[in-house]
Amino acid sequence: MMTEKVLMKGNEAIAEAAILAGCRFYFGYPITPQTEVAAYMAKRMPKIGGTFLQAESEVAAINMVYGVSAAGKRVMTSSSSPGISLKSEGLSYLAGADLPALVVNVQRGGPGLGGIQPSQSDYFQATKGGGHGDYRMIVLAPASVQEMASLTVKGFDLADKYRMTSMILADGTMGQMMEPVSLEKVEATVYDKPWAVNGTKGERPHNIANSLSLVPEELERLNFERYERYKKVEENESMFESFMMDDAEICVVAFGIAARVSKNAIVEARKKGIKVGMIRPITLWPFPKKALLDAAEKAHTFISVELSMGQMIEDVELAIKCKRPVMLCNRVGGMIPSPNMVLEAIEKADKGGRE
Amino acid sequence: MNMQILIAGFGGQGVLFAGKFLATKGLIEGKNVSWLPSYGPEMRGGTANCSVIISDDPVGSPIVSEPNCLVAMNLPSLRRYENSVVPGGMILVDSTLINEKVERDDVSVFYVPATKMAKDEGFSTLANMILCGKIIKESADMDFENTDEALKKVIPPRKANLLDINLNALKVGYEF
Repeated sequence: MMTEKVLMKGNEAIAEAAILAGCRFYFGYPITPQTEVAAYMAKRMPKIGGTFLQAESEVAAINMVYGVSAAGKRVMTSSSSPGISLKSEGLSYLAGADLPALVVNVQRGGPGLGGIQPSQSDYFQATKGGGHGDYRMIVLAPASVQEMASLTVKGFDLADKYRMTSMILADGTMGQMMEPVSLEKVEATVYDKPWAVNGTKGERPHNIANSLSLVPEELERLNFERYERYKKVEENESMFESFMMDDAEICVVAFGIAARVSKNAIVEARKKGIKVGMIRPITLWPFPKKALLDAAEKAHTFISVELSMGQMIEDVELAIKCKRPVMLCNRVGGMIPSPNMVLEAIEKADKGGRE
Repeated sequence: MNMQILIAGFGGQGVLFAGKFLATKGLIEGKNVSWLPSYGPEMRGGTANCSVIISDDPVGSPIVSEPNCLVAMNLPSLRRYENSVVPGGMILVDSTLINEKVERDDVSVFYVPATKMAKDEGFSTLANMILCGKIIKESADMDFENTDEALKKVIPPRKANLLDINLNALKVGYEF
């Protein structure tokens, strides 16, 4: 049975979905434009026996996440760009200790303190590291309030399944906008956590959650093992939406708000007879490489639409092995490309392809 | 139906609430809807606007850059957005607060002294809902159905005493 649709902000949908997924621990520090996540948790958590704690800093919050995760419980934190930079040390430690967590980044313009308007310029930070060392995070990019909810649930499941951090990479628009969302009662998948530091009861050797490993041979082995797991994630978990791609000669690649704007442009371009479609990565890592490579069979030009100076475009070029030209259509600093701007890029690509 | 509504004014005029009401009414009527506020560091007194889309089709971009319905609740908002309205669209002007006229002749313009009317009726903070009532009246795609239910969804139970005056304000605007 469909649950009733309610109008909700993206940030609130993340918070409610996390609770539905069994998360009872939230640690955060306020920052625009994601503060509604914390505000919602502050109201709800005490009523359901959960813990909301506004930490003294982002660094403290991410290390509280480390502690609860080590104890085997579902836990999350959320922030926006500058705050995620502060949490990046903790993200690396979580990876080093193979601890699952959900981290939300509702991006704003940067670098530095930047502005508070929407951005996608933390793509590199999210998909290529941010913290130090060899590690990956599963990066999920919602493009609707409904997906803010569903990908939060998915993120918790994947994090537990692969013992790694899932990041929701949203932006100010996704966080602030309201759309109808149906919050179905989810059966939270319960994962066995034999590694959890939750008391031996005198029945097993004690567990240690640690990222320190001073013997090179041992540290190498841990890295190799971790990357075996990452390989499985790449094989099994990449997600994308294909929009009007059947006969597409031009392939737009965009995620989040950029994908929403691009849809308008593609519908308009189709009215003009231009064969254009879109592949919208839902997982930015693992990146949907195969879908893009397959699209390069028919498409003569790709357009990467981003709210950054051109970050995802590098992954698009790699995915299609530079077989086709990739154009960049972008705005930055809190500005958002208009449907007309994307339409112009599509028309330019169409003209280029025919000449 | 594809209403692309932009409501703009000062913070504190109920711009965001009016948008939420319209989006909720659309949701009840089975439409695809979105609501996107401008958000800034200021709490009140600064400029505020919100984009509302009510459509038969799935909503692509939630940003209304070319509205077919503009509600201007102060002069800077009217001047900033009047040229973005699509030809044939409508502009609602709170004529208590805006003395100047719309400079275009290819749109329908409704001058509603909403702030004065709200004051006269004894609910001085509800100019926003008077203007919503006028939108419902003048839009070919909307009617007064479901206003009650939509209000119940956007007004929290602890403020239930405000239901009646909001409904009255909508009626006053609708009948203007």
